[in-house]
Amino acid sequence: MREINVTQTLDKNKDFLRKLQEESGQNPGQCFQCMKCTGGCPMQFTMDYPPSQIMRMLQDGLIDEVLNSFTIQTCATCATCTTRCPRDIDIAKLMDTLRVMAYHKGIVGKGKNMHVFHTTFMNSIKNHGRLYEVGLALGLNLGTGNLLQDTDIGLPMFLKGKLNLLPHNVKGLNEIKKLYDYAKKIGE
Amino acid sequence: MKLSYYPGCGLSGSSKELDTSIKAISGPLGIDIVEVPDWNCCGGTSAHSTGHFLSFALPARNVLKAEGSGCDEFTAPCPACYVRHYLAQKDFNENPKMRQHIENALGQKFEDSDMKIKNLIEVFFDRVDSSIVKKPLKGLKVVNYYGCALVKPPKTFGFFDDPENPTSLEKIMGTLGVESIDWPYKTECCGASLCFTNQDAVWKAGRDILQVAKDSGAKAIVVACTMCQMNLDMRQSQINKKYKTNFNIPVIYFTQLIGLAMGIPLDKLGFDKLYVDAKPLLQSLNLI
Repeated sequence: MREINVTQTLDKNKDFLRKLQEESGQNPGQCFQCMKCTGGCPMQFTMDYPPSQIMRMLQDGLIDEVLNSFTIQTCATCATCTTRCPRDIDIAKLMDTLRVMAYHKGIVGKGKNMHVFHTTFMNSIKNHGRLYEVGLALGLNLGTGNLLQDTDIGLPMFLKGKLNLLPHNVKGLNEIKKLYDYAKKIGE
Repeated sequence: MKLSYYPGCGLSGSSKELDTSIKAISGPLGIDIVEVPDWNCCGGTSAHSTGHFLSFALPARNVLKAEGSGCDEFTAPCPACYVRHYLAQKDFNENPKMRQHIENALGQKFEDSDMKIKNLIEVFFDRVDSSIVKKPLKGLKVVNYYGCALVKPPKTFGFFDDPENPTSLEKIMGTLGVESIDWPYKTECCGASLCFTNQDAVWKAGRDILQVAKDSGAKAIVVACTMCQMNLDMRQSQINKKYKTNFNIPVIYFTQLIGLAMGIPLDKLGFDKLYVDAKPLLQSLNLI
């Protein structure tokens, strides 16, 4: 087992931890490790650290490990943890904020698929104002290299008239552009 | 009642049957649907995974557009869209910093938003009573699957139902003559948009949900969420292939069953859009 000097990790990451608390409105220090979040988490089986361990790692300042974890990427934001936390911590909100902070730092970690998905999705809205599902599927498969993903359901979707082959552009695309430009301006 | 209606990207494509069935039952139930003018995508999971401003501003633009349409209530049938719009309105009214941001970005001042933002169950809950039922759905045994986004976390949203053991769908089904079976997976998460990024996890979650539904004795799963519906219905064939199972469980929107009990023909309720055909089950019970 690796030894950790908690005084050092906390000191090194105190600015990050303050920002995390500010942006999420949550204090991970409140967690007393009852593990109800982990017990109820429906995605825990696919995570590298269970949610309660992420909370403990935050308390110990293990920020690099948290930001690079698969857990923050594969959290489905179902908020079962938030619902059950006896310390009233909105754990799902913390996961969300960590995901945003990792994205802003350009950390892909173990979440390559998620990174490609979110970037393609946001570009689709930027270009059309609405999600262009065919474009998203193509962008995702090309970006992740999983070229055949969901090709089995593409044809049935098309036959059921559930697939719009062409994108729909909103009339107010200039307003969407203003929102994206503003997000960039304020550093998001 | 005039209802501001935000179909979102899903209901104009992959979840068309929900759109079709809502429109089919609304008129007879006294709801006048008014689509949000020139609506945009709410940003889904991706906006709130990549930033704070756009995840607020994209749905906020829709709420502000809807305010001008003379409706007292607003609904986004997709629970993910509902959550984003609910939070955006709350932030717009209560978080001066965010409000300032969007007003700066669009170069325009806006009034407070006072429309009531409701999820789809809330919209129909009080409107379904025995007077609308022309053909009780006798013999149909289902489990009601709420998923997570509609009911959790409890203190954040205005929904009245219990976050761990909701019963509003059971009450609606009871009125329609459907028998609801109690089961432990009512609010379990299906993995939602992880179906694009971590398919193994969504298949496992889906397999578990389908298995428990089957073991409970249900012949169909009733849903109110577009992501739950797709992950269990459209992906049922993928789950069967992966786990060598042979599930054949229709996953039906509660709005489709309301319509069926009201005597509306199947083709007006989008039943042909389901991947697992519900017709053999309905025929075997003499319901169609």
